Amino acid sequence: MISSWQRAAFIVAALGISAASVLPLSNNEALQLSSRPILLSATVAVATLYALGALSAQPWSIAAAFAGVVLGCAITLDLLRDPAVAGDAGWGFWLSVLANWLAAASGVVSLSALKSRQNITLRALDLAIPLIFGAVVIYLWEVVVRGFGVPAVLMPAPSATAARFAASLPILGGDFVQTFVRGVLAGYAIGCAAGFVVAVAAHRFRFLGHGLLPIGNFVSALPIVGIAPIMVMWFGFDWPSKAAVVTIITFFPMLVNTLVGLDAAGHIERDLMRSYGAGHRQTLLKLHLPAAMPFIFNALKINSTLAFIGAIVAEFFGTPTMGIGFRISIEAGRMALDVVWAEIALAALCGMAFYGIVALAERATTFWHPSYRT
Amino acid sequence: MTNNALALPSGPAVGRSEWLARSTPVLVVVLALIAIWYVAAILMNVRLVRDGFEREETPYTAGDLISGSLSAERPLLPAPHQIAQTFVSDVLDYPPTSPRSLIYHGWVTLSATIVGFVLGVLLGIVLAAMIVQWRALEKSLLPWIICSQMVPILAVAPIVIVVMGAVGIHGLLPKSLISAYLCFFPVTIGVVKGLNSPDPIQRDLMRTWSATPTQVFWKLRWPSAVPFLFASLKVAITISLIGAIVGELPTGAQAGIGARLLAGSYYGQTVQIWAALLAASLLSAGLIGVVGLTERLVGRYMGARR
Repeated sequence: MISSWQRAAFIVAALGISAASVLPLSNNEALQLSSRPILLSATVAVATLYALGALSAQPWSIAAAFAGVVLGCAITLDLLRDPAVAGDAGWGFWLSVLANWLAAASGVVSLSALKSRQNITLRALDLAIPLIFGAVVIYLWEVVVRGFGVPAVLMPAPSATAARFAASLPILGGDFVQTFVRGVLAGYAIGCAAGFVVAVAAHRFRFLGHGLLPIGNFVSALPIVGIAPIMVMWFGFDWPSKAAVVTIITFFPMLVNTLVGLDAAGHIERDLMRSYGAGHRQTLLKLHLPAAMPFIFNALKINSTLAFIGAIVAEFFGTPTMGIGFRISIEAGRMALDVVWAEIALAALCGMAFYGIVALAERATTFWHPSYRT
Repeated sequence: MTNNALALPSGPAVGRSEWLARSTPVLVVVLALIAIWYVAAILMNVRLVRDGFEREETPYTAGDLISGSLSAERPLLPAPHQIAQTFVSDVLDYPPTSPRSLIYHGWVTLSATIVGFVLGVLLGIVLAAMIVQWRALEKSLLPWIICSQMVPILAVAPIVIVVMGAVGIHGLLPKSLISAYLCFFPVTIGVVKGLNSPDPIQRDLMRTWSATPTQVFWKLRWPSAVPFLFASLKVAITISLIGAIVGELPTGAQAGIGARLLAGSYYGQTVQIWAALLAASLLSAGLIGVVGLTERLVGRYMGARR
């Protein structure tokens, strides 16, 4: 079932891209699509596909729309290679970009309205929709930057960033090892382990726990990143100072979450353990720790992002000439924004991978938790 | 005895003893931490002080060492009372408009924090409302919003400041944008959860009254999202403060708590760094308090039973 406004969107897209084939492509030269026969015929094909998207029934409509979007995007990207278009793109160019965007948006709406009984199809849809959305955003970014000729010191095109990323892999690798492997991972391991141990001790000695929980909650809400300059002063410019910042930042969320988690087991379960005559250690290992697992993983997930932020901020205060934060602040000062974006892409990849691994470990260990039984 | 206790309404005596039982452990732990701090300060600074004495070849006693390490000018770890003294003198000794006053720096950071907080909260609420209204957005945009949090967003801070500086925008706005970017996320997630929190029964009831989607939003979804909103706001305001402080770091800003941290680290003024940290902590606690107070007022206005 295709809704009426979606049909209208596809028809507008088809009309727009047809109009684009006669409008001027560049503000400078009298350039039209009719001078490029291959592209012209491709444009006609795109218009036909969009029209098909408006007229055909559901699965075919989506297929036709996305085939049209892919072809349409390829046409505009190919046009950008013409120096007359890049920087001074005319109405015809922008009209076809808008038409592509409209068709893609309408296609995404259809996709997310799809229903399926099969789990695999649903999962694939849940993965495909955000990916398509991201691809469209990157396409628009690329086209806008190159079409308007935005200077590279303001905003480099994604393709330029990707090229820079591929060209400077050794530098990126060095920064990755310095910031992530040495600073983040070491500090994360120490901070989480320390928080866990203190929480277990506070669970054993109730008085300590009652005192630590409010303090931990309070400290978690403070801008702890600010201790970065002090740690740099204490531990020097190299990675130990970054690891120290990460340790302190990750300590408190772990402490608070583990403390709350160790109290999560219900009265009935505790009474059962007592009726079995279980000692403190047995109760801890067989009841309290498993019950605290979801909370501990929650802290591990929160910490995975906090740790990265801490390490990068600590690098703003001084590093040996290496590291993601160092490179970002130096290159941003030199207006080499393509390097900066490449570093951000690297940081994003690391951050997501780190979080993903923790989430996978959570799924493997706490599969019994109600939130996974759907 | 038990009967008697049961018959008594919970008077102030009960409340006080409960309060005492709850605050004693906190007090004890805080005192212990301060004691540990003093010991650590002595241990960390004593070598510096001893080197100083030996360089001047003056005889010294253990007492001299201890008092010296608790009042060193540039200690590795300043003692709590030194931090408090510097904080008080930074706050009180200069007029609030002078660049030496901590109030001035705190105000610079606070204004960026509040502007960023307001922007971020508005953005977060609008995004959440859109996500709840359109399923396509929930499926396509929400995963990216969640992913954006796994990215160390602070890494973007220098770019925002440099790019906006290149366009000619300086000062408050770039910092606020970083704050806004940091703090919109908890608001969006919390409000989406809150807007989806009404039971199917309640939604069905709205349908039997043939309420329009707008009416359902304003009369059912939005009121039930308010508690979630305030829980997120408390998280958002501290993140917003962190964003404003970090926004001052990479460009070497002239004013603000971040600038104070940076200057302190350049010139080795440890006490100044700690005083700035204390100011940031007080700001953060105060802001959370204000949000909590607003929550209680709004709750009373909306008829919450408390």
